[in-house]
Amino acid sequence: MESQERSTRIAGRWDIPYEYAAGVTATRFFQELKDHQRILGRRCPECRRVLLPPRAFCERCFVRTDEWVEVGPKGYVETFTVTYEAFAGLRQPPYVIGLIKLDGASTKLAHFVGEVNATKPDALLARVKDGFRVEAVFKTERHGSILDIEYFRPVADGVRA
Amino acid sequence: MRNGRRRTAVGVVGVGQTRYGRRDEVSTPDLVFEAVTAALAHARLDRAEIGAVFFASAPDALIGVNEPDQWCAGAAGAVGKPYLRISTGGSTGSSAAIAAYYAVASGRCEVALAVAVERANESRAVQLLMNTNFDPIYEREFAINAISCYALATADHMVRYGTTEEQLAKISVRNHRNALRNPYAHLKLDITVDDVLRSRMLCWPVKLLDTCPRSDGACAIVIASGARARDLRPKPAWVQGLQSFSDGYFLGDREILSYRDHLALAAQEAYRQADVIDPLKEIDVAELQNPFTISEAMAVEALGFCEVGGAGAFVDAGLPEMAGELPINPSGGVLSSNPVGATSLVRVAEAALQVMGEADARQVRGVRRALAQCSGGAIQFGTVVILGDEPIGG
Repeated sequence: MESQERSTRIAGRWDIPYEYAAGVTATRFFQELKDHQRILGRRCPECRRVLLPPRAFCERCFVRTDEWVEVGPKGYVETFTVTYEAFAGLRQPPYVIGLIKLDGASTKLAHFVGEVNATKPDALLARVKDGFRVEAVFKTERHGSILDIEYFRPVADGVRA
Repeated sequence: MRNGRRRTAVGVVGVGQTRYGRRDEVSTPDLVFEAVTAALAHARLDRAEIGAVFFASAPDALIGVNEPDQWCAGAAGAVGKPYLRISTGGSTGSSAAIAAYYAVASGRCEVALAVAVERANESRAVQLLMNTNFDPIYEREFAINAISCYALATADHMVRYGTTEEQLAKISVRNHRNALRNPYAHLKLDITVDDVLRSRMLCWPVKLLDTCPRSDGACAIVIASGARARDLRPKPAWVQGLQSFSDGYFLGDREILSYRDHLALAAQEAYRQADVIDPLKEIDVAELQNPFTISEAMAVEALGFCEVGGAGAFVDAGLPEMAGELPINPSGGVLSSNPVGATSLVRVAEAALQVMGEADARQVRGVRRALAQCSGGAIQFGTVVILGDEPIGG
């Protein structure tokens, strides 16, 4: 019988370094984060949406984007999750990830939400329902990547969407 | 026919599944061979009669062999035949079925085979490899993975519509209970809503029992032209409607984290093809791709089984129970078995078995029309396949 026969395992591993080309659009975006702590989106000439993160083309209108627009640094957390599980190879929990709609942007940015109590997700949910206002916190030492924004933190400025 | 286009009758004539779960006793090609031989036997066909083979598996890093279509070609029965790999993330298996349909509907061949496989238990860092599906320029740093992606969608649904964790837990309870009657199912759990709510929190609000297991396994289906299908089976599962749509890539581009902009559009088109006006009444059973409880909630809304935001009430009313208005996932669904790359082909296979009347202990009585729904990518791809007991347009 097949089920009574022994089947062994052979060890394997993938550990393959890459260097991804960011392209000139993302590179300009990162440069502005690094040099001026400014967040730039790209406007589509047809639908007028401001894409964040910025991309060189609008996939809906299928045309190149042609205009830089400063957005944020404040916005609203539209949805979030708190990770408690220590997934192998990923960062140590707990951490809060949000989709953040910055002022002036038409799309949302995925990023960390910081300076919040990660042990009370229900309280965070209640804040999102009420309009969870946040602002970008920039790192002191910036290297030109999406992590030049360290996270978004709660801010009370009375603005309501 | 309302759409005015002449369509060729095409039917599913054979289904083969392996047992899902830990399959340490067989290699990955062995799994493929097991599903293909089962499907050929079910269709009473010899491999020589297959005109083309379509292969599917999901992230290469999950199997751990790059481009496993090469590894599995012989096991798929593809030697000496046209052979293509098809890929659309989690919906890749159903996309292979669509490709096989196109091959037959175009007249290119009389019989085509779709086979899909997954080996989900061998990687030691599954969410790390899922994270590599995300954009390395802007998004990967945030440790987004399959679970946190659907956690974002769950919180979004709770914010917008007041959906509760209890309502989602009921989805888990039903799927697991149904799996008790499926000999192929991986997890067979008789659990309560409390068990789900008390299970370990992974990515709030998604708990362990809101998620699927990692399953090894393979599935294959044989698709044939109208004349061949009638020869091969007294009751083929006829393709009445079949459509897939893509959305863009970035999660933050979606106005709402839902299936509105891809699956809902695919459903409208598939219903038009199948002349379905009121899906809740006209579909007799549905197999939905629900790796997370929220996936099923999002699907029932996009498929028009209830209004947008009404999934919680739909569940509370018991409509998707085995004795309800529209039984959902008699197989136990993806929540009980997730052979990732094969899981959407399993939905099509189970829908076919329901129409054939061959779903054994999980059979819904009197099925004339079954729907399979599949999703792939980070809420990006949506597929609907409608199978019925009579052909349309043939």
